[in-house]
Amino acid sequence: MASKKNSGNVEKKLVGLADAVIEAAQKKKDPTIEIPVRSLSNVKFNEKKGIIEMGENTQERSFFNVAMAKKFMQTILVGDALAELQRAELTTSLREIYYRTKHTIADSNENTFDSQDESDPIIEDLEVGLAALREELHVRAENGGTVIGPLVLEDDGDRVDCSKLGKGGYSVPSIVEDPYVKIKKCSADFILLVEKGTQWNRMAEDKFWKKYNCVLLTGNGQPPRGVRRLTRRLHEEKRLPVYVLVDNDPWGYYIYSVVKQGSINLAFESQRMAIPAAKFIGLSSADPERYGLPRNVGIKLNDKDTTRAKELLNYPWFASKKWQVEIKRMLTSGLKYELDALANKDFQYLTKKYLPKKLQDKDWID
Amino acid sequence: MTKTKADQTKPATKGGRPERASPKAGLTADEMGLQQREISVSEFFTKNRHLLGFDNPRKALLTTVKEAVDNAMDACEEAGILPEIVVKVEPIGEGPTPPAASLATRFRVTVIDYGPGIVRQQVPRIFAKLLYGSKFHRLRMSRGQQGIGISAAGMYGQLTTGKPVKIISRTSDKTPAHYFEVQIDTKKNEPIVLEKKEIEWENHRGTQVTIELEGRYQKGRASVDEYLELTSIANPHAKITYVAPEGEPKVYERTINELPEPPRAIKPHPHGIELGMLLKMLQDTKSHWLSGFLVSDFSRVSTALADQICKTAGLSPRMRPRAVSGQAAEALHKAIQATKIMAPPTNCLSPIGEKAILSGLYKQIKGSFYTAATRPPDVYRGNPFVIEAGLAYGLDPEQARQAAQPQAPRAEGESDGSDDNELTRVIRFANRVPLLYQQSACAVFKAVLETNWKNYGVSQSRGAPPAGPMVIFVHMASVWVPFTSESKEAIADYDEIRKEIMLALRECGRRLGIYLKRRERAALEHRRRNIFELYIDEVVAACKRLKDGKVSEEKLKNQLLEIAKKRTGGEKTDELLDQKSGPEGLPNSIIVTEEGVEGEVAAVAPSKPAPSPVEQPQQTGAAEPQEEEKQKIKPKKTRSSKKMKAVSKRRKPAHKKPGKRGKK
Repeated sequence: MASKKNSGNVEKKLVGLADAVIEAAQKKKDPTIEIPVRSLSNVKFNEKKGIIEMGENTQERSFFNVAMAKKFMQTILVGDALAELQRAELTTSLREIYYRTKHTIADSNENTFDSQDESDPIIEDLEVGLAALREELHVRAENGGTVIGPLVLEDDGDRVDCSKLGKGGYSVPSIVEDPYVKIKKCSADFILLVEKGTQWNRMAEDKFWKKYNCVLLTGNGQPPRGVRRLTRRLHEEKRLPVYVLVDNDPWGYYIYSVVKQGSINLAFESQRMAIPAAKFIGLSSADPERYGLPRNVGIKLNDKDTTRAKELLNYPWFASKKWQVEIKRMLTSGLKYELDALANKDFQYLTKKYLPKKLQDKDWID
Repeated sequence: MTKTKADQTKPATKGGRPERASPKAGLTADEMGLQQREISVSEFFTKNRHLLGFDNPRKALLTTVKEAVDNAMDACEEAGILPEIVVKVEPIGEGPTPPAASLATRFRVTVIDYGPGIVRQQVPRIFAKLLYGSKFHRLRMSRGQQGIGISAAGMYGQLTTGKPVKIISRTSDKTPAHYFEVQIDTKKNEPIVLEKKEIEWENHRGTQVTIELEGRYQKGRASVDEYLELTSIANPHAKITYVAPEGEPKVYERTINELPEPPRAIKPHPHGIELGMLLKMLQDTKSHWLSGFLVSDFSRVSTALADQICKTAGLSPRMRPRAVSGQAAEALHKAIQATKIMAPPTNCLSPIGEKAILSGLYKQIKGSFYTAATRPPDVYRGNPFVIEAGLAYGLDPEQARQAAQPQAPRAEGESDGSDDNELTRVIRFANRVPLLYQQSACAVFKAVLETNWKNYGVSQSRGAPPAGPMVIFVHMASVWVPFTSESKEAIADYDEIRKEIMLALRECGRRLGIYLKRRERAALEHRRRNIFELYIDEVVAACKRLKDGKVSEEKLKNQLLEIAKKRTGGEKTDELLDQKSGPEGLPNSIIVTEEGVEGEVAAVAPSKPAPSPVEQPQQTGAAEPQEEEKQKIKPKKTRSSKKMKAVSKRRKPAHKKPGKRGKK
């Protein structure tokens, strides 16, 4: 795309789509958009930077090709809708974009889009193709996470003191970029990102964050962009270390790796999302023995778990000896443990014993 | 039928025996002897009318029409006359005005043919004596087989309404017409002539039979209407006028002006003979030597072959046939089965022919693709037979246009409605007679289920006929069609027969597959061009919005259209598309496109004003629009016939290629 290097605003980039079509038409050429390939084959692990990066492979999407014509048309339509958002200074959801661009093509019974499955990937294509973050495109996801701790934010001009929000905390919006969300003050010593809401609630209730002076974040499973981006900003702007607390299973490991190096799916955003210095604090496969968790609170690994764990062993970012030992230990035991299993010992075992000891012993994996 | 009579008498004798021990309860042999008497076949059928297709009033009406039409067609063809038949079904009520057809319980069926007529002496026996006819004792292909049909219909009428069968017959314009009213003496199975006179008749030649009976008229599956429609498909050389109980008379025009090759009678083939039959033939023969008997009483047995059979059986060729019995007969039977004998002659068969099937299907069924295949003759139980199959597939251009019309905008999850699960219709024929009942018991239907239609691009669920807008036609021609019952509704499932049906279906399916692939390719090309045109407007409009209106919409659109045209090869592609869709390489097929018809289509015969005994004041009115339609179609046909010539030239070498045929 001609305007790829242009670092001007997003609207200009979107208008560039139309320019490309007009220019090609004048030269009697097939209008074409170049889009980086978004798949495992086009992903590389940059060991130096410690993040997953998108490769150089691109694919051409041209109009006068039967297989691509519809997608090309859809791309221009989505581009148009995104430009409309920019001009009106609105944000919206993926689904609303789908409805906005859906109509029946004149003189036919064909719809521009038949389901949201068709429009979602095109938005991702444009994010990558135009080198614009989804937030910059004004497309938001559902608010998917919560934060609590000694942190003061400014959201749309409102001051949000995250230490004065009771047990509920502040719901992290999907767009946390500077003009929308400003970090006013943060006096914490570290950030703790928890996989599950249950443990986050426990720590909020026990005022764990007050005692240990930290920012508590959860993404309820795989953390959404907003949570990841806020964590990254706090890490970067306030130089805070980040600890990740997840279940002891292959999916927990992967959540950690996504926070650390970025995901395969969103590899193009690793630059702004990944936190290579994030540390894995637990639950480690060594913990059951070290903390005396009985075998009967473990869960047998199923076939899917085993397959996934073996896949993880082959990822270059899990190649270090510590990680190979960690994962293989889980496979050898044949068991996985949920964070909730700590309640077997005591309801407050997590906040009173487990985490304090972990932090004190510096018992984590890099 | 004689067998049935025997069956009926035997149980009576057997039943008496164990009772003898207790004289009080039972009868003496003498007493029983008094009760034992011959049962007339007519009496037997009075009680067992379901065996002949008179189970219920609706079926009775159909069977009556069917028997009369079959007889008329057989008579015309045997006399070398192109059949022209008028069928009239009138509801009859108590009062002067007839009731509505759907409510009536009594009908008058009149069938008129312009055939050879019947000699005066034979009329009563043909119409009022069961098991009387010309067809049972010969091995030759014909619609009727046993000589029961029309007299049974007459008897049913007589039984339910008390009215006699009325016949008018005339053998030539030099002789007078004769009018008969006959009834059957159900005890003696003999005709009773109630009235007999010479009358004036406007027809020069032919037969008219009128039967009044209890019945019900209902349209739809297995109706008189369907029967006549199907008859017209399998007999495109016949013209049938149907005066239905309601609505306009319908004329099924003749599309082929040649009679089918007249079938010849043959002698039985040795491999089809059972031991009992062989014994009977040995007794009845006029030959003096065994070898002579084999040569003269069977087909395909030469003197040398007869000697070989005798040798295998360990019998002297000079033995007297009558002396061959017991073990010797059994040895002879075994020897015959063990000897390789040429397949029976097939000139006793008269298949409809691919051209005629195509023409019949094309005339009656709307579609975009037609094909037909006639198999070479084969033999089951020594009876030669030929299987023919045909296909009509798809929507005709008019229906297709309607289906392609944009409907209401589609919501999420709604399909475009093209994949409705209509099942294929299977139409079955035996010796040109449509079979309307017991589809699932029929070898034809089983073969359709067993064929893997998915191979040919048609969807099919397990254990079901294929899905889609398709009609499958199967015809079995044989000197003796093995029906599963006397009412001739389903063909028995012999391995040889089913195998042949499947081979014929596969041949048709293969051609359909080629056609569908070709059409898909053409559609893809078509879509290629359309797609760009369709999307250009969208892209142009979006670009204009993106540029905030600062774009010359017209200019951009034209530029893009030009690129699209260049990309898809412009007019050259159009020509290419047209050529590709032709029936080249598809023998005996017709393809109907919006531009016209490709392939060989028999023209509708010019209908000559036939002398009609039925007063049809409306008929002239009904015939006219049809004439107009023909005119409209004609220019298309002339165009296609030009193409057709070119095609048929190309087609011949393609036909001979061994590879093409072998690929199955």
